[in-house]
Amino acid sequence: MTARADTPLARFAGDFVKSPTAVAAGIGLIVIALAAIFAGTVAPQNPYDLAQITILDGTLPPGSEGFDGFHYLLGSDEQGRDMYSAMIYGLRISLFVSFVAVGFAVMVGLVLGLLAAWRGGWVDGLIMRIVDIQLSFPALLVALLLLAALGKGVDKVILALILVQWAYFARTVRGAALVEIRKDYVTAARSLALPGWRILFGHLLPNVLPPVIVIATVQVANAIAIEASLSFLGVGVPITEPSLGLLIANGFDYLLSGRYWISFYPGVALLVTLVCINVVGDHVRDILNPRLSR
Amino acid sequence: MLAYLIRRIGQALLVMGVMATIVFFGLYTVGNPVDLLINPEDDLAAQEAAMARLGLDKPIHVQFGYFLAGLVQGDLGTSFVHNRPAIDLILSRLPATLELAFLAMALAVLIGVPLGMYAGLRPNAPASKAIMAASVVGFSTPNFWQGLMLIMLFAVFWGVLPAGGRGDTVDVLGIPLSFLTLDGLSHLILPALNLAIYKMSLVIRLARAGTAEVALQDYVKYARARGLSPVRVVGVHVLKNILIPVVTVLGLETGNVIAFAVVTETVFAWPGIGKLLIDSIGLLDRPVVVAYLMLTVFLFVMINLVVDIAYSVLDPRVRIRGGGK
Amino acid sequence: MTAPVLSVRGLRTDFATRAGRLTAVDGVSFDVGPGEVLGLVGESGSGKTITGFSILGLIDPPGEIVAGEVVLNGQNLRGLPEDAMRRLRGDRIAMIFQDPMMTLNPVLRIDTQLIETIRAHRDVGREAARQMAEAALAQVGIPSPAERLRAYPHELSGGMRQRVVIAAALMLEPDLIIADEPTTALDVTIQSQILYEMQRLMAERNTALIWITHDLTVVAGLAHRVAVMYAGRIVEMGAVDDLLDRPAHPYTHGLIHSIPSATPRGERLQPVRGMTPSLLNLPEGCAFAPRCPRADAACKTRPEERRIGDGRLVRCHHPLESGA
Repeated sequence: MTARADTPLARFAGDFVKSPTAVAAGIGLIVIALAAIFAGTVAPQNPYDLAQITILDGTLPPGSEGFDGFHYLLGSDEQGRDMYSAMIYGLRISLFVSFVAVGFAVMVGLVLGLLAAWRGGWVDGLIMRIVDIQLSFPALLVALLLLAALGKGVDKVILALILVQWAYFARTVRGAALVEIRKDYVTAARSLALPGWRILFGHLLPNVLPPVIVIATVQVANAIAIEASLSFLGVGVPITEPSLGLLIANGFDYLLSGRYWISFYPGVALLVTLVCINVVGDHVRDILNPRLSR
Repeated sequence: MLAYLIRRIGQALLVMGVMATIVFFGLYTVGNPVDLLINPEDDLAAQEAAMARLGLDKPIHVQFGYFLAGLVQGDLGTSFVHNRPAIDLILSRLPATLELAFLAMALAVLIGVPLGMYAGLRPNAPASKAIMAASVVGFSTPNFWQGLMLIMLFAVFWGVLPAGGRGDTVDVLGIPLSFLTLDGLSHLILPALNLAIYKMSLVIRLARAGTAEVALQDYVKYARARGLSPVRVVGVHVLKNILIPVVTVLGLETGNVIAFAVVTETVFAWPGIGKLLIDSIGLLDRPVVVAYLMLTVFLFVMINLVVDIAYSVLDPRVRIRGGGK
Repeated sequence: MTAPVLSVRGLRTDFATRAGRLTAVDGVSFDVGPGEVLGLVGESGSGKTITGFSILGLIDPPGEIVAGEVVLNGQNLRGLPEDAMRRLRGDRIAMIFQDPMMTLNPVLRIDTQLIETIRAHRDVGREAARQMAEAALAQVGIPSPAERLRAYPHELSGGMRQRVVIAAALMLEPDLIIADEPTTALDVTIQSQILYEMQRLMAERNTALIWITHDLTVVAGLAHRVAVMYAGRIVEMGAVDDLLDRPAHPYTHGLIHSIPSATPRGERLQPVRGMTPSLLNLPEGCAFAPRCPRADAACKTRPEERRIGDGRLVRCHHPLESGA
């Protein structure tokens, strides 16, 4: 209690900083997240304020100056939007969608996974059957077909992502909870007829969190990639709220005529974000699950 | 074994039924295909005639009844747009997708396994670190953007390969194939590579982890103690052992290849079932979407069976256990 | 005396570990003559297995052979190019490993593994190699060898597997076989069958054999000479009966008296007290001193090898004078 260095969190932080790659990726993630949150201040232009853009500045190459002297660091798209600003705003939408989706998916997965582990029997059978069936299909394909049915929209993309991701968490939570439930203290608590919720939230929840955190980092990256792919395929976010994926899709037509920057830079932003998350995720997994690291 | 097969097939049928129902009603609620397919300038009579022709004037449960009856007979309805049986349409596009998927899988294994094994055998070599870094990037790069970058480099900047389409094909047993003509092959390379890179990264990771583990086993040291050449030790003794997990995961990933083929085919305008799906979703061509779904579910079930069989061929221990039961 | 098949002089093998450099094999010297069985005895971690691999040149980083000579039939193997070394392995020097479950590759059939060994060293066709393999299996007492050839390792019993490994070792009629605890993982009855078989085959062929083991009773029945290793060094060596009857090194004495059957009924067993020292921080001087009842100030310096009688060597400041 007294020695702060002994808290699990401090030990975790201590292990984390041992890897320079992971630290660099972590710092990268923080910068990306801050840029996305403060997009309004960081971006030199609000690309969705029609007063600030002019179509006369359309598809300018990176480094160009616009008619009003605006410096287009990464070029502009066909509407005359500054790509650098559009990218930061796009990043915001991509991150928002995936974090919200994963957050809800974690909650759904936690509730159903714990329920399956706790109740067992047909409840467990039913939930896990659904999980099995769902996980045997690629997430992208399921999301695509869901959106084909639901239609476009940020809310619908989030819903589709929750529906394809909850199963990963439910399976992980159930597995971890089952290990814990077999331990003596739970049997003891059960035989004392302690209320179920106290065991569930007091004992099981803390024990299932580490694997959930590991899966969640990976799934945030997956969510970002799936959202981008869906938007690229034209079933994701609407044109009024372009994520990175939609920006890339918009630049596709211009790519063939050599105006690469419209697709290129948002893609780089996407890639850097995903690599950072994956590197951090790999490292977190190694720390929380030393058995897997070699 | 037979009981197992029957159970598997029963499960698959159930899954197909559930999926069909969800998608049928899901797509129905989105919008009316009539708006897309019928000229609003036509008079009311012509519109109603068109609706009657497509069966859209019936109540939804009647339409669903027709759909189920058709499903049992292998009839998945007629495409609203192409006016052809949906299943025919899908089957005519299937060879293009399968050709792409198989080539991608082959590339992933043929390039990924040697690279992963190298990284596993020499974990500290600079080349190994480069391979692993590249695999993280390959793992993280969204498929469609990677496709765009391939087009940008090979088609736009260097102009060495075409940006899209399928190129010349040759019919083999009535199936059009691209890889047998030079033009077709040049069209096939980029999409196949695009589809392969993600799998390749996965294979590299698996092969590296497997190799690092197998290399420590006594039987590898024993093989060396018998004076076998390094090529034989690595190429037979190590390789055959790491192929077991690689094949298992790849089998399960074959489904993903078909899913990601949707993206790749859209990027490269490759006329496979994935492109057909995206086009059909855009046009609300319901029967085609449902037919696509039924076909993929069917393919997945088959793939899982094939993986199980391949697994038992590779690992004699599994074969014995299975035979003993 | 005839020229030795193998002559090891001052062999030293180091490992660079994260905690520091350790010497697993420290100045080991011995000879093995044709048809002779040398028992290399020691506890786990004494360096006996590393000695075997060092002879074969199969030390992987972070390990490294840093000094000494390994002379096979007059040819020094140290500094031999890897390819020449590879051609010796399995052909002139064969090795038998401890656990037959782990030694044979589980996903390859017996015939594949035997034939590849033959063809790595002899320019023969697949069919001829198969016949050689079949003959080798028959020779080690495997019934219906043609059938066994087509089996996978897991289809055979442990004893049968070890016979296959022995057959593989004998197949190319090597000059030297290094057997690393080949019977430890087997049942006692199978163990004695295999020991008997090995003894017969070695005598028939005049092959030199190094039998690595922790088990003195096995050595007593099989070996002609014994070398006892402790913490990477040979502490005592001599003819088997002489050494077992009159151990000179306190460690050898301790080993013998911790065997139940060597102690008269009713008498207390005398285990060797203490633990095998970590190679990373060996005591200065004699490594056995901290556990030794006879240790004194002189043991702070490293004892040199001393000749005590006919072919007997001991590395101790205070050797036991006679049979204890």
